[in-house]
Amino acid sequence: MSDPARWSSPEMVARLRRRRSSELRFRRLGAGAVGLAIAALVVLLATIAWNGASAFVRTQVALDVDFDPAIVGAVARPAEGPESEIDWAALVREALLREFPEVAGRSERRALLGLVSRGARDAVRARLLGDPSLVGRRERVWVPAAADVDGLVKGQLPRDPAASGRLSAQELGWIAALEERGLVRRVFDWSFLLAGDSREPELAGVGGAVMGSLLTLLVTLAVAFPLGVAAAVYLEEFAPHSRATELIELNINNLAAVPSIVFGILGLAFFLGTLGLPRSAPLVGGLTLALMTLPTIIVAGRAAILAVPPSIREAARGLGASPLQVVVHHVLPLALPGILTGTIIGMARALGETAPLLMIGMVAFVVDVPHSFTDAATALPVQIYLWADSPERAFVEKVSGAILVLLGFLGAMNGTAIWLRQRFERRW
Amino acid sequence: MLALAAGSFQVGRRRALARAGGDASALHSLPGYYGWYAALWCGLPGLAAWLGGLSLAPVAHEPSGLAALGLALAVSAAGALFALRAIRPAFAARVAVERATRIGLQAAAAFAILVTAGIVLSLLFESVRFFRAVAPSEFLLGLHWSPQMALRSDQVGSSGGFGAVPVFAGTLLVTAIAMSVSVPVGLLAAIHLAFYASPRVRAFVKPALEVLAGIPTVVYGFFAALVAAPLVRSAGEALGLAVASESALAAGLVMGVMIIPFVSSLSDDAITAVPQALRDGSYGLGATRSETIRQVIVPAALPGIVGACLLAVSRAVGETMIVVMAAGLAANLTANPLDAVTTVTVQIVALLTGDQEFDSPKTLSAFALGLALFGATLLLNLVALRIVQRFRERYE
Repeated sequence: MSDPARWSSPEMVARLRRRRSSELRFRRLGAGAVGLAIAALVVLLATIAWNGASAFVRTQVALDVDFDPAIVGAVARPAEGPESEIDWAALVREALLREFPEVAGRSERRALLGLVSRGARDAVRARLLGDPSLVGRRERVWVPAAADVDGLVKGQLPRDPAASGRLSAQELGWIAALEERGLVRRVFDWSFLLAGDSREPELAGVGGAVMGSLLTLLVTLAVAFPLGVAAAVYLEEFAPHSRATELIELNINNLAAVPSIVFGILGLAFFLGTLGLPRSAPLVGGLTLALMTLPTIIVAGRAAILAVPPSIREAARGLGASPLQVVVHHVLPLALPGILTGTIIGMARALGETAPLLMIGMVAFVVDVPHSFTDAATALPVQIYLWADSPERAFVEKVSGAILVLLGFLGAMNGTAIWLRQRFERRW
Repeated sequence: MLALAAGSFQVGRRRALARAGGDASALHSLPGYYGWYAALWCGLPGLAAWLGGLSLAPVAHEPSGLAALGLALAVSAAGALFALRAIRPAFAARVAVERATRIGLQAAAAFAILVTAGIVLSLLFESVRFFRAVAPSEFLLGLHWSPQMALRSDQVGSSGGFGAVPVFAGTLLVTAIAMSVSVPVGLLAAIHLAFYASPRVRAFVKPALEVLAGIPTVVYGFFAALVAAPLVRSAGEALGLAVASESALAAGLVMGVMIIPFVSSLSDDAITAVPQALRDGSYGLGATRSETIRQVIVPAALPGIVGACLLAVSRAVGETMIVVMAAGLAANLTANPLDAVTTVTVQIVALLTGDQEFDSPKTLSAFALGLALFGATLLLNLVALRIVQRFRERYE
């Protein structure tokens, strides 16, 4: 056996080399694990951003619309009939055919009309209603292009008719002609942020879903915040050391780890089944998410209350404050930044939650932007799920765009939480 | 009603002062407490009456809603009058108000128990109805899952299959794949950050992991369906393997990535809880860092790490959106990660979304699956929490 104290012996040198190389291997393994996690994050965000950035831009086609008094006269003179009976599609049709006078035949005309979205007539209508003096004049109106044209102009679809399969050589020729005449442009798409859902990808927006999420979160906040703070105050300041308190604590810890879909089942069975509240409503979604968020707020609230030093309580008590006065006048104001931080983080998690909302029916196809707590609504993550399920190619861009909006909201909320923590947190 | 309560607060305050002859020091409590006393007596019974009235007539149509409101206002007024009569200088309003507030706080804390009870009751109630139609032994041991609903009882194949074993097996398969990604990566990342990484790297990586943890699951699901599944498929085809387009592997891999930050932050807690003395002792005996980690720190932190892994398993089992979007609906009993499998959560979503009849075994089976899911995660959580707690006590 070699002498353990002789470091220069060949056995010991070899042994030391082995140990050092094993150390290096282990270190590289760890670095690899960290690198893998970071790489996953980068790939994920890059994919979403790459696919989603173009969702905020839309392609428009210019139409020289002839506001023929024979068709739109009712706008200027209401006596000629209700505005709802005006054939707006005819205005779009005429303008397009005037641009391409050589097009003849039913199927060719239909293909030509397919270049602009079904939303074109709404754009024309909005333009005229905004300025009724246009009746009898010819005016250039920018209308949304169809989803395939949009994809082509953005470079998502190939320009080669053999490769795309979605647009014929003739359609590609028309689009090229329009582009040559300067009748195609790309603009920032406000309607993506403001509009409700639609069957037509080029008209669909996240506005309705954002509103639905907002209403849902308001309900969640109104229910979970007071309950959570009250429970945290009780457990930290008043609860005796008893079996009942232990049971409550065990319950809260366990609820924090219950799968979210189980809360959805509870919402379905209790809020919809037993209480008979309306399906698909932000009210029910908010209540369900409140149950899910409650443990987060309680845990954060307890930590914040615990961080207030006992000397403050003792000083207040020494001046004759009752236990409740100690809490309301001294402990809660000092713990508030911590509680708010925890609440915002809980709200952010609730905003990203999808599964419970599927259970209570917030997966409906909702075109209108919801305005009350009992309107049928969908939420931002559910909208993402719905679009991701859609077979239309153009919705991939919309999904990624919606995810960017969602991540933006989450980033803003978490940023606020961090700012709050740094600005107001006091260390004793 | 709020106005009524605010009004009684003012009246209660004034009345207390008036009874004391305008001298606040003659009162037992601060004048505000008499106001609160009156407001509580006004508001709480009224609220109770309103909710009671509404729950008696659950369909909120106009007349019953108005009647409930009228009843509530009447009760409020009566409560306020009662409270105002009780106010006199010697009356200990503060004690009464604080007692009521404390009961309110206690009720808020006990609400957590109510939620758990609600979950258990709603799952049990519907599951019992399901098990009246389908034997529990068939559900737990049957190998055929096709929850079809028979339109007529004499129809061919009307019975449907409610053997949940393929669904459970699919869940386990996806969970196992996710764990085989997240446990090594998460644990190694935690170790690297705690022992090797420079402060600058740590300051960058820790927030990045938090971002990874904060990304909504629906985003992971979209990523799994759009990027991971085609990637796995083409990689498999390049190797000459047949891969289902909704393979368990793709869903499991992405789920594993999702759980990495969860595992790493919990194991970080466990690792840093190991006393510095153990570490120093090991270094003092000449061990290298990796030897210290492998032979001292990890064994010492093992209970905490095991607890973290159990919580991660519970997370993976209950994860919904990734598998809904990237795993299949067909219940295959297979251990091949390249096949399509289905999971408990996917089946619950498939069975409970859209139009549903509450009395068909098809819909009710979702509640039985939910019960199984809740039971499994509850068990995992309790065991994990117990392990973590014991472990913490040992070193504190």
